[in-house]
Amino acid sequence: MGSSVLCRAGILRGVSCMLLLLLLFCFGGKCEVQESKPSPPTNLQSVENEFNQPQAYPEEERANLPMFTMDYSRIQIPFEITLWVLLASFAKIGFHIYHKITIWIPESCLLIAIGLIVGAIMHAVKEEPPAVLTSNVFFLYMLPLIVLDNGYFMPTRPFFENVGTVLWYAVVGTLWNSIGIGLSLFAICQFEVFGVQDINLQENLLFASIISAVDPVAALNVFEDIGVNEQIYIVIFGEGLYNDAVTVVLYNMFSFLADMPVVESTDVFLGVARFFIVAAGGILFGLLFGFVAAFTTRFTHNVRQIEPLFVFMYSYMAYLVAECFAISSVLAIITCAITMKHYVEENVSQRSCTTIRHVVKMLATVSETLIFFFLGVVTITTEHEWNWAYIVFTLLFAFIWRGLGILVLTQIINPFRTIQFTFKDQFGLAYGGLRGAICFALVFTLPDNINRKNLFVTASIAVIIFTVFLQGISIRPIVEYMNIRKTNKDLNTINVEVHSRIMEHVVCGIEDLCGQWSHYYWKDKFKKFNDRVLRRILVRDNRAESSIVALYKRLELQNAIGLLDAPMGDLSAAPSIVSLYDERKEASRPKRKFLAGDVRKMHDILSKNMYKIRQKTMAYTNKYNLPDDTRTKEILIRRHASIRRSLRAESFREPSAQNTFKSQKYYSLQPGGSLETAFELRRRSNGADVDLSARPQSSDVSPRSSSRSLLPMRRLNTIKESGGAVEPPAVPPHPHTDQIDGDKDPHEPMQPPQLPPPPGGWVRENQNGEGNPLLRHPSQGSRGSVSF
Amino acid sequence: MGAWQTRAEHQYQDLADKTGFSFEQIKNLYQRFQQLSGNEETISRENLDCMPALANNPIRKQIIGAFFDKRNQHQDEVGSCDQIGFEQFLMVMSHFRPPNLRTTDEEKEAMRKEKLRFLFNMHDSDNDGTITLAEYRKVVEELMSKSGEIGQETAKAIADAAMLEVASINVPNMGPEEFYEGITFEHFEEILKGLEMESRMHIRFLDVDTSTMRCGKSQS
Repeated sequence: MGSSVLCRAGILRGVSCMLLLLLLFCFGGKCEVQESKPSPPTNLQSVENEFNQPQAYPEEERANLPMFTMDYSRIQIPFEITLWVLLASFAKIGFHIYHKITIWIPESCLLIAIGLIVGAIMHAVKEEPPAVLTSNVFFLYMLPLIVLDNGYFMPTRPFFENVGTVLWYAVVGTLWNSIGIGLSLFAICQFEVFGVQDINLQENLLFASIISAVDPVAALNVFEDIGVNEQIYIVIFGEGLYNDAVTVVLYNMFSFLADMPVVESTDVFLGVARFFIVAAGGILFGLLFGFVAAFTTRFTHNVRQIEPLFVFMYSYMAYLVAECFAISSVLAIITCAITMKHYVEENVSQRSCTTIRHVVKMLATVSETLIFFFLGVVTITTEHEWNWAYIVFTLLFAFIWRGLGILVLTQIINPFRTIQFTFKDQFGLAYGGLRGAICFALVFTLPDNINRKNLFVTASIAVIIFTVFLQGISIRPIVEYMNIRKTNKDLNTINVEVHSRIMEHVVCGIEDLCGQWSHYYWKDKFKKFNDRVLRRILVRDNRAESSIVALYKRLELQNAIGLLDAPMGDLSAAPSIVSLYDERKEASRPKRKFLAGDVRKMHDILSKNMYKIRQKTMAYTNKYNLPDDTRTKEILIRRHASIRRSLRAESFREPSAQNTFKSQKYYSLQPGGSLETAFELRRRSNGADVDLSARPQSSDVSPRSSSRSLLPMRRLNTIKESGGAVEPPAVPPHPHTDQIDGDKDPHEPMQPPQLPPPPGGWVRENQNGEGNPLLRHPSQGSRGSVSF
Repeated sequence: MGAWQTRAEHQYQDLADKTGFSFEQIKNLYQRFQQLSGNEETISRENLDCMPALANNPIRKQIIGAFFDKRNQHQDEVGSCDQIGFEQFLMVMSHFRPPNLRTTDEEKEAMRKEKLRFLFNMHDSDNDGTITLAEYRKVVEELMSKSGEIGQETAKAIADAAMLEVASINVPNMGPEEFYEGITFEHFEEILKGLEMESRMHIRFLDVDTSTMRCGKSQS
């Protein structure tokens, strides 16, 4: 009931927003109309006036200081661009108000729709769109942003596991599509009845190469939302990414060939050779710049504010240098981003990391938005050449060749794959082949000496609009209906990670026994090389970190941040470790419900203890509801140093000695205790070196727990003195503790801020349902030093 | 060596039926077996221990142990043996066969279960059917032993957290008195339910002899 009210309110808000937007557009359009036209005359007029005035009234040489002047033409271009970006962003806000829209209609559709509306308005007032989308602007400013975003957020592990497949589809698939479509269209052109005889083979191939550039953003969004399995996702993602590179190469090659009157076979061979040079060169440049960037960030710890700059500058440099040498700049920037991402993110500060990610996303969004917007505007305002036959056949061939291509390619590559693509997967791949921004930009920037340029523009706009609208909107229901293999989203549990690693090692080991290679061998080798050589050079604090530990830390942090963030939306000041990719995943998972009061209390506790996420403290928070244990099973997290100190016998006797470690924070909380008791306890136990952490559940508050909590704290300190005079608490889990205390090696130094505590920093006590679910508990009570 | 071949083929037929390898693969593996065992009939632990290639593998002890573990022989025996023959060698290797397009879903399920069982046996070193906290800790410690300065504490903490997860997934409403014995095989299956094993735990056993194709690196 409430939700429907909300929906209605949402609809109202959405509608009013839309109206507002339309008004703004009109205003914007009108503004441009009114200002741009009169501005030249105004200038002239004012000049004339100045001339006229002294002549007509020679005495009055003094013109009054103008109170209010307006010089629109000076700012015209940046103003219009900014206005467009702003309006498109408003549009995006508007779309997201009513969530259901974005589920069913991909954003590209909406952007194109807005562009169409603005174009219609401009057309109605007979205004020309500013000619900003030139070839240079597109290739030098817009494309790198989009591609950088793709490269930076590419999931590297699945990508490298599937690299063969991805490249196969990207390169061979695009070639297949281009040549197929080009030849078919050329065949169509032979028929006189269609009236397109003057398009020769090169131009057809050129057009076909443009049309086969797949831009599966919409498909990716849908796939991600419904959680399609990783294989399809990564193949479409990688294909979309790499076929940009292939398309651009083909485009250059064919446009070069289109200029030539006659094509010889040597040219074809040269073209192929050139392709390899271009690709290899791009990758090389990318690697070079990536490593230099990573190396630079090693030394930036004193100039944190400009750290994000390095990422952008180096990537852009890679792109530009590659452009200069006419090798694949797309590949260069992608490789640069992939190479540098890992090392840079370890070197830079948390905030810089967040900044980098957000800015990359932002710039890419701006760029793509502009392109789609422009697409919509151009659709209405340019003169089109509509040739039914050509366009319909283009559409048809685009579909047919893509479908065929996927089918044939999959048949060929399936035997080499371990997880083979079923027919459903193939359909998903084929249907997800939408055309998008790159296609449009490439065709728009065709040189004017192609005599049928307008036809090409029209045809590609038709294809784009058709695929984006029709396929984009229908892909979701179709995929859900077909029930493509889904992925299991909740995979980042520790067990899974541990076992994945175990499996890798097992397979590696067995392969060594068998004397065979596979990509695990390369992976292992690369990892060793990475740890031994690369990390030493490129990463400032180069302790090798197992991915399990990394995951573990990340999970802990996510939990902690998740708790803070949950009902309080404005805690965005908390450093967002969760990447944007993860953020979307998180959003789709049902959030755990915490009582607002609990979270507030927790926030208080944390802020009082100056909770620094990346530094010394780690709050243990658990994702799952631990079994409610009224026994005093306690979660205790200690600082390494305090354990060391507590191990010294004398330190126990004087609680004051432990007061010195106030700066260290520990968190522990009675399971089943609420945060209020925790708070009181904390106040009570001020001297002790144990603090309370929040346990996200407050199922039953056991009345005994608060009093009990003091005991274990003291008890833990005494464990080391085996059997020393200790009150017999009814706390069984300590056997566990003294084992840990006993073999704690005080060789782990205080961690530098980069490396959070777990490596030797702290000890997890009894969280396993409070020690006991995992350990046999000895009978209640008197257990001095026990071993389990 | 015609006679040898026909006799071998007959033998291989049995093995092929039991393990699902093809003749080519069995022949290759036999050659490898000969290499490892120094042309003897059986392999002992020492033979496998002294392979340099395995030296960098953090869980080599478990892997080697798995070969000598009788539970991996599908014959319902427990315990371990000291020497294994070619057949046992093959049986262990057969856990890593990849599925091909022709395997049915039940077969795939069965294979998956076998692989999980293999992993489980690797953890469960005392053969009691459950993975206790100590065993899990040991595994995690070994796993992390080669990755730099990870302290023992972290390994313990991680093992504990993992056990905790298992407990909370499988026995969500444990009372305070209960004690989680250890991960049983069913629980183990449960926690790894979503994990795609087909792509991770398999080796493409080649049909050609690659021992001569490797350039540079010497085989032990």
